[in-house]
Amino acid sequence: MTTRPLAEAKWLPATLGLGGIAVALLLAELAIRMEWLSRFIVPLPSDVLMSFERIILEEDVLSRFLATAGEALAAALLVSFVGVALGALLHGNRLLRRACESWVAGLAAAPLVLLYPLFLVIFGRNALTIVMIGFVSGLPPAILKTVEGLSGTRKVLLDVGRSFSLSPSQLFWKIRFPSALPVIFVGVRLGLMFSLINIVGVEFLINFGGLGQLVNELAERYDLAAMYAAICFVILVSICFFIASEKLERWLVS
Amino acid sequence: MNANVEVLRVENIVKRFVTARETVTAVHHVSFTVAQGEVLAIIGPSGCGKSTLFNVIGGLVKGDEGSVAVEGRTMSGPDPAIGMVFQEESTFPWRTVADNVAFPLELAGLAKKERIERVHHYLQLVGLKGFERHHPAQLSGGMRQRVAIARTLAFAPKVLLMDEPFAALDEQTRLLLGDKVLQIQQELAQTTLLITHSIAEAVQLSDRVLVMTYRPGRVKSIVDIKLPRPRTAEIIGSKEFGQYVAEIWNDLRDEASLGMKDAEAHLPKAD
Repeated sequence: MTTRPLAEAKWLPATLGLGGIAVALLLAELAIRMEWLSRFIVPLPSDVLMSFERIILEEDVLSRFLATAGEALAAALLVSFVGVALGALLHGNRLLRRACESWVAGLAAAPLVLLYPLFLVIFGRNALTIVMIGFVSGLPPAILKTVEGLSGTRKVLLDVGRSFSLSPSQLFWKIRFPSALPVIFVGVRLGLMFSLINIVGVEFLINFGGLGQLVNELAERYDLAAMYAAICFVILVSICFFIASEKLERWLVS
Repeated sequence: MNANVEVLRVENIVKRFVTARETVTAVHHVSFTVAQGEVLAIIGPSGCGKSTLFNVIGGLVKGDEGSVAVEGRTMSGPDPAIGMVFQEESTFPWRTVADNVAFPLELAGLAKKERIERVHHYLQLVGLKGFERHHPAQLSGGMRQRVAIARTLAFAPKVLLMDEPFAALDEQTRLLLGDKVLQIQQELAQTTLLITHSIAEAVQLSDRVLVMTYRPGRVKSIVDIKLPRPRTAEIIGSKEFGQYVAEIWNDLRDEASLGMKDAEAHLPKAD
């Protein structure tokens, strides 16, 4: 009978990851208790842990989580459909691509969240403003990676399709698009991250909606432990979307 | 092989490439025919226009002059009558082995039951039974090339057109895959046009070898290979095999030298 080496054990990566976080939290707890770090800047991890129950019962964090997740989902759907469609359009039209690609790349680096007053004027102080800022900020990586993925399709795969007399539309849907999917998903995932950052940022700035608003309220009350606990829920939204996008990619590719 | 029934006719193919500085004739009035069940190998030095000819015959590139006809029907572009196997790895990485082979059958609108039967038949033929659910990334280079061959054969082309299909493989795999191609070709009596730069491969697999000149690519000679069939890789050790290799190399040597000199002349000179 052969035994599998420890390094190949399935449980090891997850255990190491969780263990690493636990060790970092323990070190932070120790550093704060030893007064190497000010507890007025960084709360004790144990206080953060204790405040989870409080924000669930008193701050209605679950409905705020759902509000942020809903806005993120709406923005993600818009980013995926519009971003991929615009990417395909730029890929298909060389002149348009040469005219726009640098501008789109520039947009990816722009702090779009600062345009929130403009969005407030256009859409009002409501969830639509938040979704639209999330959508616009997540769009550039989805467009750029779609262009990159579609352009990177190996010529020989397209030649195979042409040798089977595929029409241009069949070539796109049966070869170019599935071949580009892994790169497109990198762009959609990047777009999702940009969207979520901006969604929470705008919720914070306009004091409206889900977790961003809660973080704002807790910060104003200087309830740092609860604020960090609320930030953990923002991370949870991100993790949920990341897992969902990975599962969707696997399903689409298979 | 039925020498009386002509399947592929290539007539006076000319292909020129126009650049800003010059017009390069890659293929110059190339004509030949391939009979039913025959394997014709085309060999020539690098840059003689073999791959251009492959693309013109397959319909991927339009020739400037000449015509390609299969069973008397003139081709005007890619056509199901000509199945192409490429030099580069060409399986679809997002599809399983079975789905790769089923690809042309899906396009043809075959019923699922018939599709599955044909996929199993061709995977068995190329020796990949049991790998249906694997993805290409889980296979070796030789196995992936066999998937590509099965995918092309599943479409039942009249002519199988292969462009250096073993070029990316190691020597041992090439020999074994050569055996497999011989076996498949003999079983299906598949009319085959093989583009290669390997003299041994050309002699091992074909009934005739067409030697091309260096640029512009023209037909220099056609050598009949009268080795007995069925063949295996063991034939490589025979005296007759060596004689054919020597004869073809004799035709090819001057062309290969020209190609090498031309390549050296185009290298940047040191001061």
